[in-house]
Amino acid sequence: MRTNHKSISLHAPLAIALLALPFIIDALFGHGWVRIADFALLYIMLALGLNIVVGYAGLLDLGYIAFFAVGAYTYALLGSPQFGLHWPMYVVLPLGALIACGFGVLLGAPTLKLRGDYLAIVTLGFGEIIRIFLNNLNAPVNITNGPQGISAIDPLQIGSFSFGSSYEWMGVRVDDVHLHYYLFLAFTLLVIFVSRRLEDSRIGRAWVAIREDEVAASAMGINTRNIKLLAFAMGATFGGISGGLFAGFQGFVSPESFSLMESIMVLCMVVLGGMGNVGGVVLGGVLLVALPELFRNAAGPVQQMLLGKVVVDPESLRMLMFGLALILVMLWRPAGIWPSTQRRREFDADDSVLHQEQETVYDASK
Amino acid sequence: MEIFFQQIINGFVQGSVYALVALGYTMVYGILGLINFAHGEVVMIGAMIALTALQALLAAAFAPVLAVLLSLMVAVAVCMALGYSIERIAYRPLRNAPRLAPLITAIGVSIVLQNLAMMIWGREYHSFNLPFASTSHHLGGAVMNDVQIVIVIVALVIMAGLMWLVHHTRTGRAMRAVAENPAAATLMGVDINRVISVTFMIGSALAAIAGFMVSANYGIVHYYMGFMLGLKAFTAAVLGGIGNLRGAMLGGVLLGLIESLGAGYIGDLSGGFLGSHYQDVFAFFVLIAVLVFRPSGLLGEKLAERA
Repeated sequence: MRTNHKSISLHAPLAIALLALPFIIDALFGHGWVRIADFALLYIMLALGLNIVVGYAGLLDLGYIAFFAVGAYTYALLGSPQFGLHWPMYVVLPLGALIACGFGVLLGAPTLKLRGDYLAIVTLGFGEIIRIFLNNLNAPVNITNGPQGISAIDPLQIGSFSFGSSYEWMGVRVDDVHLHYYLFLAFTLLVIFVSRRLEDSRIGRAWVAIREDEVAASAMGINTRNIKLLAFAMGATFGGISGGLFAGFQGFVSPESFSLMESIMVLCMVVLGGMGNVGGVVLGGVLLVALPELFRNAAGPVQQMLLGKVVVDPESLRMLMFGLALILVMLWRPAGIWPSTQRRREFDADDSVLHQEQETVYDASK
Repeated sequence: MEIFFQQIINGFVQGSVYALVALGYTMVYGILGLINFAHGEVVMIGAMIALTALQALLAAAFAPVLAVLLSLMVAVAVCMALGYSIERIAYRPLRNAPRLAPLITAIGVSIVLQNLAMMIWGREYHSFNLPFASTSHHLGGAVMNDVQIVIVIVALVIMAGLMWLVHHTRTGRAMRAVAENPAAATLMGVDINRVISVTFMIGSALAAIAGFMVSANYGIVHYYMGFMLGLKAFTAAVLGGIGNLRGAMLGGVLLGLIESLGAGYIGDLSGGFLGSHYQDVFAFFVLIAVLVFRPSGLLGEKLAERA
């Protein structure tokens, strides 16, 4: 990559801002919000992984959370009292990513022929199958502990340095949420970097070609089978890493965290933010994690202020507002809040181009 | 053998409900190419409205049969209005948008409806009792009660009616024309917007009836009931070949049968390793298997490679 003065002057403030962010959040909003920022980073990783499958390759995946689950349970099973195994993070995380990748190929291989919404429903089924197995593999042999989930999972640690503890350096107290923030930030930046490089690579262009027209792509000599499998595998790998980090951060996993709703949330991040655009997806992730939390904090007090009492259950009001926000944002910006330049161009183009675009993307059964 | 018959009966009853809901998915998909994710919630709203209306009517001392019929009609009317509004607000403005945009608004609508229902009717399970006794009939060791018989018959009648509507009326012809080629249909003087609204209203009416049926069968209503039901019905629609009405019916009944037989026998088949809680896995496995070998569903048209 080119490193010139302009890019340094552009990136240095951003880097400082990102590094200072947890302390700023902590000072302004409190500890809880740093934790939320950690989760936002995990979700951004997930959304970027799904973006490869949906945004680049145009394969609608509704069961993406399964790979997150695979990564999380790999970490949980190999680093908890469940089997008495306490493997170190630098073994378990890559292993989880690898297993998730294997599951990605496993899902991808039989579904290569499927298109559009048929693929969507099969991936959805796959996600549910994984969840149901996690939920029920406690009998006759107890593997996953069933609905109770696995608790007392080892914290993320390298050697004697644990991300789950607090340290004090030069009089500055750094808590576990801060440490996790930096760890997750590093992973997120890595995922962003890989995504950006993939986007501009031969593989990335092959994905776009398949998304736009699979027949033409294969006529151009692209091995559509391998390239599609690669999309599934890459997406799943990112999901697996994110899952492992989630398990170590949370210290507890249960099948409940991997429901279809979670897959849908991640998909919403990708589509709402702007499919195929890394910046848009990151924005989508931040918004969809932050919005419900904001509503959670606002729903009660605002009612108190306006009506003098809490009339409606804040929890359901928050989800209601979230649903409305989804609808309104999509009506306002159908291509996503921050679409990729290519999509925006297509979207602003005249009707005939637009029409062709719709016929080709997610080429459905028609 | 008795278990076998019993599971077949259960499967048919559940399958009829799936089929009715699946028709709603498949009609919308056939015309708009859109997964109407909110459809399952329309089923739930139908069930809730029917419950409230039924209780109110019984409290006003209506005759039981009249109360049931009226509450069903109220539910159908409310759901038709709901389906119409959903299309107008969340889908119509996005008709020329990228294909995933309406999917997100559909999810939004689904979340909104679910939480509205939770605010209005609460989180608890409501019991849904019909105001008359339902006698059970023994058929060779298996049991089937009146409600279940009525469910299957009503479902069959409705499906026959729908087929007639689609194939033998002016509206039906317009629907088929729009599904085939919207642009050409417009040129022939078909009002596309009207056809789409009608489609949504018919689908929602079926959803309301299905919601009533499933509540009467299980005797329970809950704000979350629409989600899984909608998911299964959508699965059924895909299984049969989405966009195809006969496919939705076949897929619905098949899915019901697969599920109940799977739940009944999975324990024996796996030597006790897997229990009946793997029922859903069974359904999804069959779905995946069918789609791998027939990528466009059982009755779907063979996918032409695009020119």
